[in-house]
Amino acid sequence: MPPMANAMPTFSYTERDLARFRETQQLAYHCAEQVAAWIEPGVTERQATAELRRRLVAAGVQDFFHVPFAWFGDRTAFRHFRTPLQFFAGNRKLEEGMPYVLDCAPVVDGYTADIGYGGKVGENKVWDRLAADLKVYRELILAEVRARKPLNEVYAAVDAQIAAHGYDNRHQVYPGRVIGHQVTRTTVRGPAGVNVFGFGVRTLQTLGRELISERLHGRSPLWADGRSSRHAPTPGLWAVEPHIGFRGVGIKFEELLVVTEDDAYWLDDDLPHVRRWTATDESADTDRVDAQPTDDEPTDDEPTALEATR
Amino acid sequence: MTTPIRRRTVHSGGLPLAVFEQGDPDAPTVLLVHGYPDTHAVWDDIAADLARDHHVVRYDVRGAGESGVPANRDGYRLEQLADDLFAVADAVSPERPVHVVAHDWGSIQSWEAVTAPGAERRIASYTTMSGPCLDHMGYWLRHRLRRPTPRHLGQLLHQGLHSWYITAFHLPFLAPAVWRLGLARAWPRVLRDLEHVSPRADHPKPSLRRDAVRGIELYRANFRPTMGSPRERSTEVPVQLITLTRDRYAGTYLSEGLERWVPELTRRTLHAGHWAALLEKGATVAGMVREFTARIETGSAGDPRTAEGDGRLVVVTGGGSGIGRATALAFAEDGARVVVCDLDLAAAERTAELASLIGPKAHAYRVDVSDGAAMDEFAQTVAAEHGVPDVMVNNAGIGHSGTFLQTTEKEWQRVLDVNLWGVIHGCRAFGTLMADRGQGGHIVNVSSAAAYLPAKALTAYATSKAAVFMLSDCLRAEFVGHGIGVSTICPGIVDTNITRTSTFSATTAAEQAAKQARAAKLYARRGFPPEKVAGAIVTAVRTGKPVVPVTPEAKVARLLSRLSPGLLRLAARLNVT
Repeated sequence: MPPMANAMPTFSYTERDLARFRETQQLAYHCAEQVAAWIEPGVTERQATAELRRRLVAAGVQDFFHVPFAWFGDRTAFRHFRTPLQFFAGNRKLEEGMPYVLDCAPVVDGYTADIGYGGKVGENKVWDRLAADLKVYRELILAEVRARKPLNEVYAAVDAQIAAHGYDNRHQVYPGRVIGHQVTRTTVRGPAGVNVFGFGVRTLQTLGRELISERLHGRSPLWADGRSSRHAPTPGLWAVEPHIGFRGVGIKFEELLVVTEDDAYWLDDDLPHVRRWTATDESADTDRVDAQPTDDEPTDDEPTALEATR
Repeated sequence: MTTPIRRRTVHSGGLPLAVFEQGDPDAPTVLLVHGYPDTHAVWDDIAADLARDHHVVRYDVRGAGESGVPANRDGYRLEQLADDLFAVADAVSPERPVHVVAHDWGSIQSWEAVTAPGAERRIASYTTMSGPCLDHMGYWLRHRLRRPTPRHLGQLLHQGLHSWYITAFHLPFLAPAVWRLGLARAWPRVLRDLEHVSPRADHPKPSLRRDAVRGIELYRANFRPTMGSPRERSTEVPVQLITLTRDRYAGTYLSEGLERWVPELTRRTLHAGHWAALLEKGATVAGMVREFTARIETGSAGDPRTAEGDGRLVVVTGGGSGIGRATALAFAEDGARVVVCDLDLAAAERTAELASLIGPKAHAYRVDVSDGAAMDEFAQTVAAEHGVPDVMVNNAGIGHSGTFLQTTEKEWQRVLDVNLWGVIHGCRAFGTLMADRGQGGHIVNVSSAAAYLPAKALTAYATSKAAVFMLSDCLRAEFVGHGIGVSTICPGIVDTNITRTSTFSATTAAEQAAKQARAAKLYARRGFPPEKVAGAIVTAVRTGKPVVPVTPEAKVARLLSRLSPGLLRLAARLNVT
């Protein structure tokens, strides 16, 4: 069945909807940053997720697309993961020099965000390099999607870049090897705040419905490297989460990509990792290879040239 | 060169020990401990060399030379010998910890001191030759007896054959009588004929007969008690292990797994015999000691991620991707300085950058391995800027698929140029450097399971890799005389970009792209990561393993190629591209 023959759905979100999605994403990143500032050596993954959940709920979050995750040390690169249960926060304690990743997906009034935040405590040269290189993937994915390449080809392009960098593709460890998934406004009426295997009941309802209806059109709301992703980017919102690793260090970002019928842009460029790159670019505008990754204090400067791509 | 030698006496455990000092007392102290049946004089060359920039201290071990003689066997116990070492160290350098360098029995007894609790406060570093820790040996033996693999049994047998004298030393009357009745007189000839030590007037000392007879007690007092019930002895002291490749008494594999006890271990190899290391290659040993003490004194030893690393230099061709990149990173992570070359300079530089993040500073060059002159120049550049490599990994290679009649002359040339000539040039250019330096080394040639697994669609590729396999076998036989090991690696199906750059005979560009994609997919589905091949290469260099098939299919194919080559000849008719 040639999937491309199916008519694409039209882009159905209003500016108001997008603004609400953006707010939810800002809220999620804001809470992640607060937890990142609070976190210190000795804290366990479970304590970190609990703190993240507490702050999100305090900020008005009613439900979760999935429960908050936190990974410390080499768990950021999903080393030695054999069962999906290992994704859940454990008793790993944060130590000096360790990288960490926070991942949460709050839902406010049906508007979902799904974010990933990578950080480190103390010095970690490998993390600095990975964090700087992550920028390449954000630009690459956007360029490929704007060229309306089939999603599995975009995935392959990301893989090729990962190989050139000498890193590992770590998003292939996620269930279904996904680098992203569609996000819609959840409208179902299941019990909020209840989760099954880490995913909210409402999520599963929505996702299940989407999986079936998209499948009928030869598309998938999950973005992976297989046959089911052999279609042009479906208009709508995609949570994109490239996750790269090197040795015992992993890093990711996850944010919403807006795909319209003929274009694409990142929903928001005012995010911690984008601000970090802007700061680094300004402080060391020299040869990228030779530039020592400097400290990553976020500045409040205006977003990058990416803003212009909107 | 003669520096004045100051003699003093240090008392330890009720015995006078004869201590000999030379060099500037304010310089870092090096304490040299001799073995059996020697005296401090065995260090003459090395002491004179080190005295230029070190405070060099030697002593005659109890029972030998001018030192006192214990009254009974208990006086030769390791605890006593370790106390002697600390007593001398305290006397000659009360303020600063000393660098211990030891050989043979000196090394065995120094291990006792080095693995004593809190030793790191008195001992700054330890360079050991030809004398393992007896406790470690006890565990080494147990481990091999419990897991009697053919390899382990071979090691046990080999070491057993070379340790016959230890058993003999435990028999009453025999060994002392042999020493008294002629061995002592014949000793200079033993050294000359068996150990390749040129005769010298000042060695051995006239006290040899007496020292040799008394020293037998060292064996009798310590071997059975310690090896029979070994203690868990580890150490914080940085240790430099100099393995002597032509040592008749201590096998090179005795140090396998030493990292378990010594987290900060630096491995060096010297192509020399048991005594020739000290008496013929004193300058080389002194150089190794000087490098090590300098590293400790500048405070960079604990962290191999400094510019110098652990002293090893590794060159990897085709280091810009796949197995080459993974190998470079694995060696860097292991603490070695790495130089990578590749046709793709940007990719090689990226590898060097990643290697520098997890190990010592690494360097990248653009080299075409199929160009002999360029390889010679590369070898000269590396020697001039980084030194003579200890490990050379000839990894660069290309894939090609096509039956014999499909493959054009040009395609043959290209495959052989890179896959075979690249390895020849690498072995020639860098093998010459290693042989000239005379400190041994290791050459790793990345061949393939295709070397012994015929396939009609891989004629050129398999031929080139089989040639590399045979080249390595011949080279190994020649280089063993130079102390240079040669390992052939046969990876099998590994997920690297060799599939994405492979060429296919008799195809259009579009067909070739499709075939590349298909092969890449197959290799990706197989999912065997290059990092595991890199791990196998690092291990092969450490253990000197000659032929290493890596993936399970490569191992099975190797077995089949020996059990039933006829079956593989039949299978070669299958069309696999």
